[in-house]
Amino acid sequence: MSDMLDELYRDVIMDHYRNPRGKKKLDKSDIHSEGKNPSCGDELEMDLQIKDGIIEDVHVGCVGCAISVSSGSMLAEVIKGKSIDEVKKIAEVVKKMLKGEPIPDDIEIEMGDLDALEGVKKFPVRIKCALLSWTTLIDSIDTVADNKERAFSTTE
Amino acid sequence: MGMVENTIIKKSAEKGVLDINKIRKDFPVLNREVHGKKLVYLDNAATTQKPRAVIEALVDYYSNTNANVHRGLHTLAEEATSAFEETRSLTAGFIGAEEPAEIIYTRNATEAINLVAYSWGRKNIRKGDRIVLTEMEHHANLVPWIVLAKETGAELAYIPIDDNGCLDLDDLGNIITPNTKLVAFMQMSNVLGTINPAGEIIEKAHKRGAITLVDGAQSAPHMPVDVKSLDADFYAFSAHKMLGPTGVGFLYGKREILDRMEPFNTGGEMINEVRYDYADWNDLPHKFEAGTPNIADVIAFKPALEYLNNVGMDAVREHERELTEYALGKMLDLGFVKIFGPTDSAHRGGAISFIVDDIHSHDMATMLDTRGIAVRAGHHCAQPLMKRLGVSSTTRASFYIYNTREEIDEFIASLVEIRRYFSNV
Repeated sequence: MSDMLDELYRDVIMDHYRNPRGKKKLDKSDIHSEGKNPSCGDELEMDLQIKDGIIEDVHVGCVGCAISVSSGSMLAEVIKGKSIDEVKKIAEVVKKMLKGEPIPDDIEIEMGDLDALEGVKKFPVRIKCALLSWTTLIDSIDTVADNKERAFSTTE
Repeated sequence: MGMVENTIIKKSAEKGVLDINKIRKDFPVLNREVHGKKLVYLDNAATTQKPRAVIEALVDYYSNTNANVHRGLHTLAEEATSAFEETRSLTAGFIGAEEPAEIIYTRNATEAINLVAYSWGRKNIRKGDRIVLTEMEHHANLVPWIVLAKETGAELAYIPIDDNGCLDLDDLGNIITPNTKLVAFMQMSNVLGTINPAGEIIEKAHKRGAITLVDGAQSAPHMPVDVKSLDADFYAFSAHKMLGPTGVGFLYGKREILDRMEPFNTGGEMINEVRYDYADWNDLPHKFEAGTPNIADVIAFKPALEYLNNVGMDAVREHERELTEYALGKMLDLGFVKIFGPTDSAHRGGAISFIVDDIHSHDMATMLDTRGIAVRAGHHCAQPLMKRLGVSSTTRASFYIYNTREEIDEFIASLVEIRRYFSNV
């Protein structure tokens, strides 16, 4: 329909949207967090199982648009098995990529499908859709550091 | 700031009630392109575009007049004051108020409702009283009452909606109880388009001795309104949704009620006499207008009202009713569009909320935007209603006097193409 849209709705994104990873609920959760974009109504819940600083399993349940759902799905795929420090770095890179900011040279991470989110930066109003799951993740991790049980996040 | 020629009503109704080509020429923004496509502006329930006369009035005010109102003794101040008050008179006439002093300038309809919640509500609502709202309210006519109820211990009750998106008034006699002090409701839904039977609700409320507030943000721009024949006690609306600038809203209130109310904001302009330990209040409407108001935007609202008066609100309503009927028919014919709200154009305005398959409203709005079509997506500041409808968001197309059947055809063709595109990517 338009080249511009093709950059946003890439095959990888649509695949994650239609078959979101991490959809399955976990039988136990070390951190439960919720994210919301109040202005648009997107809602997300996230559960993390963490052992010895490694994210062993993750559940992301997102009610939202193709961008927020696929971003959450990619997150679930990429953070599983990674250490909290690695995950924080990935989240930082994704946020910079979405905002169109330069990514520091000293950060080297495996982006995998996440590269597909780059097209979002050309749609400023949609950036917050893609950010929702990442902001929720960072808030969740920080919550653990602060010894709280539950986090609530928003990208607005 | 002379009026641009825009007397528009066409006698032959063959091509509709309005001379749209003539109207469209008065709106500079309609010439612009978006993503290389001609702009199709269907987000009028959010805010409308401005005719040249309004834009020129703003420039003219700052170029030739600019002075503070009500206080100065020089020529500019006198001119600004008189233009500022002319808008008030015209606004009073537009909604059928008894006198201009019953029109209070606010920032927007939201502030108008908050004014009532604070000044009237905090004096008249007590523990055990009831405030009646409807299930379709915008947050603007919901949150102020939720806060008030929490503060005072009053209870909230809601007039339900039926599956068609209309108010179910069967049980109204039981909902508006003898302890009901206020019935506040929207005259036209910003989500469902539904036109509510305001007169009937007000009559029932008054029988129980309750005060009524009508949120007219969506109705005043789109249909003839007469607060006196409605017998509304308060009526709130907003300039920017009816061709005027942003930053100006209105509260109409019956004088006998406004006179008994305490001020909302206090400070300059709203006083009669101030001593170090004492202050009393100015007369209406100034009692409620503390501080320097939004002079330029108020003054530039006058040509907006003149524009609507020239077109005629009956013609505005009829044009939008026809467009809505046309659009609803086409959308329903597609077979894959779910519409929220009544589908009979006689009972609704031109705000049409819809969903196509499982396409999220944001994706829909982004895809329409790449075709130059501006719509709204989300919960439309009506989260409880969204929950009641069982959806997290909808896409909304909404019309005004400058929209055409050709634009609706373009919109419909885009829905077909978007659906095809989205199922293939």
